[in-house]
Amino acid sequence: MSGLGELAPLLPLLVLAAGALIVTLAVAVRRHHGTAAALTAVTFAATAAAAWAGGGRASADAGVLFRVTPFGLAVVAILALAGLAVTGLAHGYLRPQAGRQEEVYVLLLVAALGAGALVLAGHFASLFLGLETLGVGLYVLVASLRERRRCLEAGVKYLVLTGTASSFLAFGGALLFWERGALGLSGLAAGTATPIGRAALLLLAAGLAFKLALPPFHLWTADVYQGAPAPVTGFLATVSKGAVVGVVVGQLGAARDGLALPLAVMAGAAMIVGTLLALLQDNLKRLLAFSSIGHLGYLVVAYLAGGERGTAAAGLYLAAYAVSVLAAFGAMGALSRPGEEREEIAAWRGMAWRRPGIAALLALALLSLAGIPLTAGFLAKLWVVTAGLDAALTTLVLLLVLTSAAAVYYYLRVVLTLFDRSGEDEAEPAVPLAWSTRATLLLLAAAVVVLGVAPGGLLAALGS
Amino acid sequence: MSLLALVLLPLAGGVLAWPLAARRPVAARWVCLGALAADLALVLPWVRGGGGDWLARFDRPWLPELGIGVRLGLDGLSLPLVLLTLVLGALAVAASWQEIEERRGLFHLCLMAVLSGVLGVFLALDLIFFYLFWELMLVPMALLIALWGHERRRSATLKFFLFTQAGGLLMLVAIVSRALAASEATGRLTFAYEGLLEGGAAALPPWIAVAFFAGLAVKLPAFPLHPWLPDAHTEAPTGGSVVLAGLLLKTGGYAMLRFGVPLFPEAAAAFARPAMILGVAGILYGALAALAQTDVKRLVAYTSVSHMGFVLLGVFALDATAWRGVVAQMVCHGLSTGGLFIVAGLLQERLGTRDLRRFGGLWHSMPRLGGLATVLALASLGLPGLGNFVAEILILVGTFRVEPVVAAVAAGGLVLSALYSLRLLQRAFHGPFVGEAIPADLDVRETATLGAAVLLLLWIGLHPAPLLRSSGPTLDALLPPGAGAREPVTAAQARVGADPESTPAVAIRAAQAGGAR
Repeated sequence: MSGLGELAPLLPLLVLAAGALIVTLAVAVRRHHGTAAALTAVTFAATAAAAWAGGGRASADAGVLFRVTPFGLAVVAILALAGLAVTGLAHGYLRPQAGRQEEVYVLLLVAALGAGALVLAGHFASLFLGLETLGVGLYVLVASLRERRRCLEAGVKYLVLTGTASSFLAFGGALLFWERGALGLSGLAAGTATPIGRAALLLLAAGLAFKLALPPFHLWTADVYQGAPAPVTGFLATVSKGAVVGVVVGQLGAARDGLALPLAVMAGAAMIVGTLLALLQDNLKRLLAFSSIGHLGYLVVAYLAGGERGTAAAGLYLAAYAVSVLAAFGAMGALSRPGEEREEIAAWRGMAWRRPGIAALLALALLSLAGIPLTAGFLAKLWVVTAGLDAALTTLVLLLVLTSAAAVYYYLRVVLTLFDRSGEDEAEPAVPLAWSTRATLLLLAAAVVVLGVAPGGLLAALGS
Repeated sequence: MSLLALVLLPLAGGVLAWPLAARRPVAARWVCLGALAADLALVLPWVRGGGGDWLARFDRPWLPELGIGVRLGLDGLSLPLVLLTLVLGALAVAASWQEIEERRGLFHLCLMAVLSGVLGVFLALDLIFFYLFWELMLVPMALLIALWGHERRRSATLKFFLFTQAGGLLMLVAIVSRALAASEATGRLTFAYEGLLEGGAAALPPWIAVAFFAGLAVKLPAFPLHPWLPDAHTEAPTGGSVVLAGLLLKTGGYAMLRFGVPLFPEAAAAFARPAMILGVAGILYGALAALAQTDVKRLVAYTSVSHMGFVLLGVFALDATAWRGVVAQMVCHGLSTGGLFIVAGLLQERLGTRDLRRFGGLWHSMPRLGGLATVLALASLGLPGLGNFVAEILILVGTFRVEPVVAAVAAGGLVLSALYSLRLLQRAFHGPFVGEAIPADLDVRETATLGAAVLLLLWIGLHPAPLLRSSGPTLDALLPPGAGAREPVTAAQARVGADPESTPAVAIRAAQAGGAR
């Protein structure tokens, strides 16, 4: 049985798909950077609105392939807003770059479409398709500044490793089908108690852990983060990882029991490895890359906690992490010039006295990532801690707290560098800020604070 | 509502002073002082009140999903500390009048933000809200050290932030565990103070209580969690040191009385003795370390470790008399050590060094500073007639009834404090003059700043009754049942029936009913 009515819950995905086509056509007819960016921004905004508006309804299957839940729609809305922010940042970032850049926007939309399909996937096929669509968009995006060697290297690295991850996933899906004769995600717990079912789950987990950069599958992160252009790194960190978190928390809850031990080990390893490696970095992008491994570990704690509280914690943490990390990459991208990104921590010495606005934004983003109160990061961490302790995950929560304390060291080091008096008089090349960058950064800063003070609306949408 | 205003007024003053400072620095300073004066005017009507009631409450939901609210309350325990905050805040602004010449606007914003955070800690009655202020004052404090600090400010800032943040996060885990345990008993998750007092502590593993107290002990600081303190205090600018030593340390002691013991009564009783021994270790270690210092600020910083050892000792004596002493000690140490840090700042401003070996004979050129410093140092050594004597004697008497041996050893700290205080005075103000240029004596502003601290110490030393009467009933209500059965020694001054039957929850609920009028 099928009909147009069945597609109605998928409106956000349809908007995204239509937007991708329109931008493609617009670019084919006439290349104009501003128009492409504006159309993309409108598409993302409309997607977020459609997802938000559909959030009140109860969970429903849309065909065999998709399952639309309030949590899933809330995550789609978060990802669409992250996409909107990336578009705003990319507009200012790409304008002074040489060459034709309009394709970037098409790819952003296509990758976001994959991300949306992934979040709402109710079937292994849509999960795989979503993941691949997202991945294919990202290979090109990561390497989109073709004249930069490191950019190309990052693209190739990402391509090879994502391909590996996909093959894990495909093999896991095949085993799942062998065991159960069905590929729907809803009844995943049934029929996975056998050795083959267990192996299938483990392979699925490994494939998704690649995307999330959970150890031992984390080795690509730093290089790809560093190589990709700053707005694309922001997209990778938020939309790509967020979509995987969305599908894991929203659709794969049934797999929790079967995977509790390996996931707990991976989460613990992620927190420790991410924090320790981040302590050693002198490069802000690599620092954020390693710290993201730790943050994903925290998200896995929320997933393992499960229940209403754990789901809300995961959604809130995802949103908080997204706005903070986008603000950080936005600040970095804003001061970058063609061919040179402002990624060395030393290059930010005394920035608070030269570009107070940008420095304040970066400081705010880092304090939020460190979990200081009145920023989004604090409440998100509070929710995860509460959910974790409620589910008696004491060891993981203690690990979370200890690594957070250590993380304060590397975040604070950067913040203190920003305020270092010795860098006050260093020459600062005048990099004018595009209005789009300025507006996006202001909105991101506002979002960091609003989520840290009044997250009620988001929590309601997440179904808590 | 006025409690929220009380917390936010200093911050508002700082925000106002920020842009003003670039063009009219003097006006910016007066704005800060004005904000603190306005705050004081808000508090004064409550000073006459007292008893075990809440003098004022403020209660609004904030994050209903987890039962977190904006809950503030003022009672006889928080009142003296709020007053201390406002007085020391004003002293810190005054002490920075000439010292801070760069980025005055940001300095005042940070200073006033710290004061707002401290006030929030003293007034918060929701544990998450309390934690929020607890953490929130770290950021501006760290900036104060990092931007206007002395030579090794960067490492001092990192050390300070890391210690307190690590302690804070452990405390957060304990808070959440405690609330979850209480919610299992009551079926409703809340972080409200009264809600948590209703039960749930007994079911928790002991490490939760240890984590909570450890978080507080870092800030106090208790030996051996103190290593951040000497660095932070030494490297901070004068105003920062005053606020750090005078106020931030007090938040730890206050939170032990307000939250630590009432929320974990069994655990507090169980490790009372080891905690008291740590307190004594802090008293002796701090005093001995102070004897070995040549840097004036470092010396004063180590005396803080010693004095805060008395606070830890008194808290875990779990005795009504000792607790009165703890409150008095927090107020008096704030004033005397705050004053001594101002003295150190003035000396550094005039002589360009903090090295005790390069001072000497300053009395002749600076009799006013010498006189005031002498009174402050004597207060610090616990001379009768000054506030610190009252405080330490109450703590020792209270402890003696519980642990005579521990109290006797702790009294040895008083001897050492005489040694380091007199050594400081002798080195700086007596003997031959060793400097080149003759430094100027204090002007009117500086005399008034230090004079205010000295007068308050004298007042508390000679007439401690108002202070003890204000906090007494609240403290009796907070004491674990059983411990309150021992009549306070100062009963003549603060006679309030310490009902052996009363548990904190019952007493506070009664107090709340009274406050609702």
